[in-house]
Amino acid sequence: MTIAVNPVQTGEPVFYLADEHPHPEGYSTSLGFWIYLMSDCLIFAILFATFGVLGANYAAGPAPKDLFDLSLVAVNTSMLLLSSITYGFAMLTMQQNKIAQTQMWLLITGLFGAAFIGIELTEFAHMIHEGATPQRSAFLSAFFTLVGTHGLHVSCGLIWLVTLMVQVWRFGLIEANRRRLMCLSMFWHFLDVVWIGVFTFVYLLGVLR
Amino acid sequence: MSPDLLKLIFGRLSIDSLPLHEPILVGTFAVVALGGTTLLGGLTYFRLWGYLWREWFTSVDHKRIGVMYMILGIVMLLRGFADALMMRAQQALAFGGSEGFLPSHHYDQVFTAHGVIMIFFVAMPLVTGLMNFVVPLQIGARDVSFPFLNNFSFWMTVGGAVLVMASLFIGEFARTGWLAYPPLSNIGYSPDVGVDYYIWGLQVAGVGTTLSGINLICTIVKLRCPGMTMMRMPVFTWTSLCTNVLIVASFPVLTVVLALLTLDRYVGTNFFTNDFGGSPMMYVNLIWIWGHPEVYILVLPAFGIFSEVTSTFSGKRLFGYTSMVYATVVITILSYLVWLHHFFTMGSGASVNSFFGITTMIISIPTGAKMFNWLFTMYRGRIRYELPMLWTIAFMLTFVLGGMTGVLLAVPPADFVLHNSLFLIAHFHNVIIGGVVFGAFAGINYWFPKAFGFKLDPFWGKLSFWFWVTGFYMAFMPLYVLGLMGVTRRLRVFDDPSLQIWFVIAAIGAGLVFLGILSMLMQFAVSFLKREQLKDVTGDPWDARTLEWATSSPPPDYNFAFTPVVHDNDAWWDMKKRGYQRPLTGFKPIHMPSSTGTGIILAGFATAMGFGLIWYIWWLAAASFIAMLAVGIGHTFNYHRDFDIPADDVIRAEDARTKLLAGAK
Repeated sequence: MTIAVNPVQTGEPVFYLADEHPHPEGYSTSLGFWIYLMSDCLIFAILFATFGVLGANYAAGPAPKDLFDLSLVAVNTSMLLLSSITYGFAMLTMQQNKIAQTQMWLLITGLFGAAFIGIELTEFAHMIHEGATPQRSAFLSAFFTLVGTHGLHVSCGLIWLVTLMVQVWRFGLIEANRRRLMCLSMFWHFLDVVWIGVFTFVYLLGVLR
Repeated sequence: MSPDLLKLIFGRLSIDSLPLHEPILVGTFAVVALGGTTLLGGLTYFRLWGYLWREWFTSVDHKRIGVMYMILGIVMLLRGFADALMMRAQQALAFGGSEGFLPSHHYDQVFTAHGVIMIFFVAMPLVTGLMNFVVPLQIGARDVSFPFLNNFSFWMTVGGAVLVMASLFIGEFARTGWLAYPPLSNIGYSPDVGVDYYIWGLQVAGVGTTLSGINLICTIVKLRCPGMTMMRMPVFTWTSLCTNVLIVASFPVLTVVLALLTLDRYVGTNFFTNDFGGSPMMYVNLIWIWGHPEVYILVLPAFGIFSEVTSTFSGKRLFGYTSMVYATVVITILSYLVWLHHFFTMGSGASVNSFFGITTMIISIPTGAKMFNWLFTMYRGRIRYELPMLWTIAFMLTFVLGGMTGVLLAVPPADFVLHNSLFLIAHFHNVIIGGVVFGAFAGINYWFPKAFGFKLDPFWGKLSFWFWVTGFYMAFMPLYVLGLMGVTRRLRVFDDPSLQIWFVIAAIGAGLVFLGILSMLMQFAVSFLKREQLKDVTGDPWDARTLEWATSSPPPDYNFAFTPVVHDNDAWWDMKKRGYQRPLTGFKPIHMPSSTGTGIILAGFATAMGFGLIWYIWWLAAASFIAMLAVGIGHTFNYHRDFDIPADDVIRAEDARTKLLAGAK
């Protein structure tokens, strides 16, 4: 019993790969991560929808006009947007295999991210201090949850960023670490895009309402 | 100890949380404890812990994970069905001034737990288990895209099940119905732990389900063997793909809506409250945006199973493959456009109700097309009435009936009358049992020989089949009648004595189903004892058509010694027809993922965190969360997650198969 493996010689169909190579490590990772991001996007979509439905139910409490300080939000937004740019620089230097510079840009990204979280927490603390707590009205429940979920994501991103910096420091820019940096890059930019939605729909349109 | 300290350590958990005053629960606990001790003792006595840990719990092999999902589903079926028997008995007895045997506090938990367990911890594991086991084999792959994630997903599902089961003996379960509508499920009306068990049980399991969905999509998209274009994929793989797309696109909605309910309960926000601008109907809308796709998540894989079975046992290529694929895709899309039919009575107006009524009816078109495809596949086929085919035929008859009552309910004016009645209960059991459960049983009987190398015993299988089918009709046809007479769901006692006979018939039906389940357990036991007699050495006991039958039964760890190349739909049939010869030489080492205990450890911490949050044991929740984070991050420092199966091992396994095959001839 032998099998013809060469179709050219015999004209027999090939039913299996006699000489194959395993899929490279991380073959499905980008697709998988994209799908994960889309599922995460759905989480934000539902939170936006909830804000859309409940966002005008002030229950005789404070409204966006009374609460939002647009100049502070502008500073905050610029922190996050700048962090996206610096993450882009980190990816560019990673492509050129410059470990030190990559780490530096990652660090700067992390600092911008931390600044963003810090400013957001200050804003929350200020609002709560004025009595605009999440319990005060459906509008505030929806506001704190939507913005807070975004903030929670950025915080997770920061933990991830630190982890990756340690891994790059210990193991260098190996293939696996490049792939991880790429995933975090997608995550980070995704959060940026979501924030633009938050900025527009929650803050700008809120103040106009 | 001071009460403050006790509260710090145990939260709101106290000795009073144990249901010592409920004789039914104490009795159940005694039986479970006895059975559990026997099982654990047996495992210890036969020194099986190491084996189980190494070969099963930490395994990242999709086949083993699939089998574990099936075991979880069957175990939980016993629990969910015990609830069903109690409900049927209660409703048959509680007439003429009798209160039955279940107090309302307990009865309300029983119907909630029945729904939650049957959907999340029976139907979902059975369906996910079959997809996990079969899909990589059908597409000629060696494993799923993310094997570790697969193991983790399974254990998260188990974690959710553990929490729901714990509620039986520690505290109580929700008394809200299986979707826990607010304001009833809000803290004001459900201050105890029941709803919290519900929330955290589903959240922990939901993480697993979502990740497993992502995993299987990637597997199907990226790991198909050469030649298997999308339109050459087996129909079961197609329906699995659509199901997993639905999972990824709907479970996040459940996650959010439960998270918002959690905030309402724990933090005091006002999403679903009656005052401060909250809107309970928001919850109902959101949960059904997940809930309706969920029913297609369950039934689409069943459709896939019936397609494989019909074509195999009719000895014919599936009729209308292309239309089958498009019907599946259309159902996938339409399933997002019908959610409002679950609450036509909300009062959203004639236009909105008409829209959702019409979209609902439209879904019956692709479903009907599928039904005709199966019929035409059978037409002029040489049909072999083996067990999978019997379940398929029972499905076709039953599901058409359930589908028609569904179309009836889709008419908004009719729905205003039948809403929340036993007619609805009869309808959805008709489609879920007739579709998903029969499908899972067809799949179990069909793929069991692939998983274990021997067939299931046909005698006990047929007994189980007839008990189930007759029991189903006896249990649910009376509910249609009662529903048309206006009896609403979830009632505990009745005044009108003329209704009793219908409930008695339904209870007898449930008894028959119970015999069906016992026969099925008997079938597993008898088949195991007669495994030499029922043995299949060919790997293809049904003369089947798709790739999973090309390899041995049970398949080796690596599934295929050489990756198959596909030239046609029904790839294995094509190979057999064209005189394919199994390769006997030229084996090479095969690259495979290594086992890891990280999945079960992470899921264990997640479950502990859920328990801490349920009982307000904040230190436990925080500690488990930090532990989870640490273990998760620690795992990413392990860069060596694969190994090579040496060529010698492959040669040994393949030679053994060659000998078996030679012996069979």
